[in-house]
Amino acid sequence: MIAEVLAGKTESFHELIRPHERSVYLMALSLLHNEAEAEDAAQEAFIKAYRNLHRFRSESRFSTWLIAICLNEARAKLRRKQPALTDSIDDTADGGVTPAQLTDWREIPSETLERQEIRTLIRRALNALPLAYREVFVLRELEERNVQETAETLGITAASVKMRLHRARMMLQKQLAPQLATATPSRRRRFPWF
Amino acid sequence: MVLNCRHVWDYISGYLDNTLDEAIRASVEEHLAHCEICSAVLDSTRNILILTADDRVFELPLGYSERLHARLTQAMLEVPPQESS
Repeated sequence: MIAEVLAGKTESFHELIRPHERSVYLMALSLLHNEAEAEDAAQEAFIKAYRNLHRFRSESRFSTWLIAICLNEARAKLRRKQPALTDSIDDTADGGVTPAQLTDWREIPSETLERQEIRTLIRRALNALPLAYREVFVLRELEERNVQETAETLGITAASVKMRLHRARMMLQKQLAPQLATATPSRRRRFPWF
Repeated sequence: MVLNCRHVWDYISGYLDNTLDEAIRASVEEHLAHCEICSAVLDSTRNILILTADDRVFELPLGYSERLHARLTQAMLEVPPQESS
C-alpha cells in the first residue's frame, strides 16, 4: 500500500493509516492532556507521515514510525506550551516506589469502567505520572510495543524502558489501588434481595 | 534465596512480564505464597494494568476520524508525496 501511495495512488494513504488512528491520537493525548491539542497533533503527524512517506524504511514497523512522528509533534507542542518544562529522569538513581499495601484487595472487573468516575480516576492517575514514565507506560501498556520498539521510539536503552515501566506501574498501583478499592466496594451480599 | 517484601516489590514488573530468571521467580513465588500484602500488591497491579489498557478509558472524540481524513485530503491536494529515491 505504501508503494501504491508513492506511485501516485494517494487515496490509499487513507486506508493505510486507518488502523493507526487511535494509537497516534492516544500517544498525543497522553503527552498533551487536551483533546483538541491531541487531535491537532495527531492530524499534523499523519500529514507529516504522508509528506515523508518516501523516507520510511521497511526495517521498522509502519506503526512505530507513525508513533515516533506523533511523539515529536506532541513534544514540540508541549515545549511551546511549557518552555521551561524539564522532565529529566535518572534511571540509575534509587527511585524505588513503595506500593499501596492493602490486604483486602478484591479484583475490580472491567465492567466497572462503564462508570465515568472510574475512567476519570484512571485518566488522572496516568496524567499524574512524570512525562518520561508516562511515555514508556503508554507505549508498553496501551500501544502494546515491546521493550526494544519502545526503546527505539524514545531513544533510550532497554534497561531504562524496564526501569521506567516498573516505576510507572508502582506509582499507578500506589495511587489507584486505594482509590479504586474505595470507589468500588465489594458486594457483601451475593443476592441483594435477601 | 529468601526475599523480603521490598525485594519482591522490585521484582513485580519482571514477575508480571515473566522476565525473571528461574531462581528469582521461585523465590518470589515462595514469598507470595505466605505474604498477604505482597499478593495483594501483585493482584492489584495486574488488575490496574488491565483496567488502564481498556479502550473505554480513553475514547476518541466524536468525528475525529472524519476530521482527520478531511484534513488529509486537503493536504494531499496541496503537496503530493515524494517518490522514494
